[in-house]
Amino acid sequence: MTSQTILEDARAAGSRDDEPRWLRDMRTRAARRFEALGFPSTRGEDWRYTSTSSIAELDFRALREPGGDVEAADLTPFHFGAGGWTTLVFVNGRYDDALSSAGVESPGVTVLPYARAIDEMEDLVRDNLGTITSYEQNAFTALNTALHLDGAVIHVGRDMAAAAPIHLLFVSDANLAKGSAQPRVLIVAERNSKATVVESYVSLGEATYFTNAVTEISLGDGATVAHYKIQRESPRSYHVGTVDVRQGRDSHLVQFSFATGAALSRTNIYTTLAGEGCGATLNGLYLGTGTQHVDHQTRIEHQAENCYSREVYKGILDDTAHGVWNGKVYVHPEAQKTDGKQENHTLLLSDRAVIDTKPQLEIFADDVKCTHGATIGRIDKAALFYMKSRGVGAARARQLLTYAFAADVLEKIELEPIRDTLEAIAMFRFTGEEQDDGTAAGSR
Amino acid sequence: MLEIKGLRATASDKEILKGIDLTVNAGEVHAVMGPNGSGKSTLAQVLAGHPAYQVTGGTVRYDGEDLLDMDPEVRAQKGLFMAFQYPVEIPGVSNAYFLRTAYNEIRKARGEEEVDPMDFLDIMEKKLELVDMDAAMLQRSVNTGFSGGEKKRNEILQMAVLDPRLAILDETDSGLDIDALRVVANGVNTLRRKDNATIVVTHYQRLLNFIIPDYVHVLANGRIVKSGGKDLAVELEAKGYDWLTGAAA
Repeated sequence: MTSQTILEDARAAGSRDDEPRWLRDMRTRAARRFEALGFPSTRGEDWRYTSTSSIAELDFRALREPGGDVEAADLTPFHFGAGGWTTLVFVNGRYDDALSSAGVESPGVTVLPYARAIDEMEDLVRDNLGTITSYEQNAFTALNTALHLDGAVIHVGRDMAAAAPIHLLFVSDANLAKGSAQPRVLIVAERNSKATVVESYVSLGEATYFTNAVTEISLGDGATVAHYKIQRESPRSYHVGTVDVRQGRDSHLVQFSFATGAALSRTNIYTTLAGEGCGATLNGLYLGTGTQHVDHQTRIEHQAENCYSREVYKGILDDTAHGVWNGKVYVHPEAQKTDGKQENHTLLLSDRAVIDTKPQLEIFADDVKCTHGATIGRIDKAALFYMKSRGVGAARARQLLTYAFAADVLEKIELEPIRDTLEAIAMFRFTGEEQDDGTAAGSR
Repeated sequence: MLEIKGLRATASDKEILKGIDLTVNAGEVHAVMGPNGSGKSTLAQVLAGHPAYQVTGGTVRYDGEDLLDMDPEVRAQKGLFMAFQYPVEIPGVSNAYFLRTAYNEIRKARGEEEVDPMDFLDIMEKKLELVDMDAAMLQRSVNTGFSGGEKKRNEILQMAVLDPRLAILDETDSGLDIDALRVVANGVNTLRRKDNATIVVTHYQRLLNFIIPDYVHVLANGRIVKSGGKDLAVELEAKGYDWLTGAAA
């Protein structure tokens, strides 16, 4: 199924005179591919538990002029209380220079909004855009490739390190109602470089809109990238986001995905361990309430020897929320000595909440160490009794144990401002308590 | 303080306690000893209110009130504390937060003011010394990744902070090396007062070298088969349990 407006927008995508030829051609090819693929159906394995029909039916308009009513003060809650970060702010999908800030200087590190990157680093963008992720089998990536209007390009030069985290803050307000934002992010970390990038998707209202984001990350040999995706979209919105990573030899990726917003969200985190000695750590937390639908798909391609991957995803679902988790680990025949661990744990707070979980290992090498597992559960009775035996009432003990379930995976976050913020969000959500002191509930 | 009469309890329809009578007064330390499967841990768990056990007969009065009628948290709020044989790990909640929450819940239940985090840290500092624990342990998740000895010390730390009227130590000595045993015993002895009481449940006599009991009771097959003074523990160490369990059959 495809919708009329989206198709019209996609067909028009390749006719933008201000862009270089190669980009217009890419848009045209991607638009054709999207038209051929259509929105994914639940008959296919990748979208079995998540229906895209509402996205198709709502017929979101993609090509829009910049605009919004966002002021700097509105964004205070979304900066993680941290200073000195390089922050690019996008309002309703378009870069907003006035709200952005350069942060501390990092020699050899370039952070540019999309249009300037095309002007100033065209070769880098042309050589990488669309080469790390493929839209051939992914309709949403094809759609984004055809329609993306804005986004960011980050280049970290060889042996260079970003002095502070780089924050890409995508904020939407009522002006995005019935529209879509299709941001595109490209991160190229050259050999032995290091950077931390945070992508936030937040909303100042409760508008119905559609975010379709694609991030490509290239890690050169020996590079280290920490990437955080924080999805706190409007409760009436739709969010599809793909992060696709390609890792060179001895490179390290640490990725954390936090999803709490949107009526329906689908987050894809993919990485390909293409060189020997790589490591990938993919963790995440999803929180669903009301009728929210929150879907994660991760895919780790072990293509080379002596790589490891670690994955812990946790979820807490209440009311009639529906969670989906599908974690794929492919170990190619040449990827001997692969060390992979994958876990998914979901806590159901209501009898009507649902999780479809599917950890998936496909191993074609014979000398590997891979484990996976999934649990679906309720509050741990032994822990509940332990707390009660210390004088903590049943209701409060349940709240704390729910918080603890979330905090257990949040603790893995190394970037302190992010960890503290997410812990505070979880604390407030599950206990009603503001986190305000030196004896924070979360442990270290 | 505690008056147990004819207490019977089952777990999964199997009768484990078959009529226990025991009276504990303020200022006393009672040791409950017995072989594996005698029901001594069950007795501790039933007193704490563990939901896995059903009380099928008898009464337990605690300060004149019906203990068995109280939820576990109410028992704790009224000053009962059980140090667990197997302390539970709670990943995601720091020890400091857990302790402060428990401390304040108990204060709230007693109509007392809650203590703020900074004042609570001051209270903790002194208690940490008592069990020879590093303050860094407070920032770690409750019991998570703790060694056996650390877990038991953490139980005594909680006991020190919550300052119970009646403490029940359920095989706190099991799996402890001699140094940890001394630390734990020293903690318990320091907390011992005229207005509180302790029940030490143990398989071995060695803990009783450090915590000197006023009374020793031997449990076998769900009943107390012999009671005596501290010398009984020494006798048990020398002769084992067989001469008593035989008598119980």
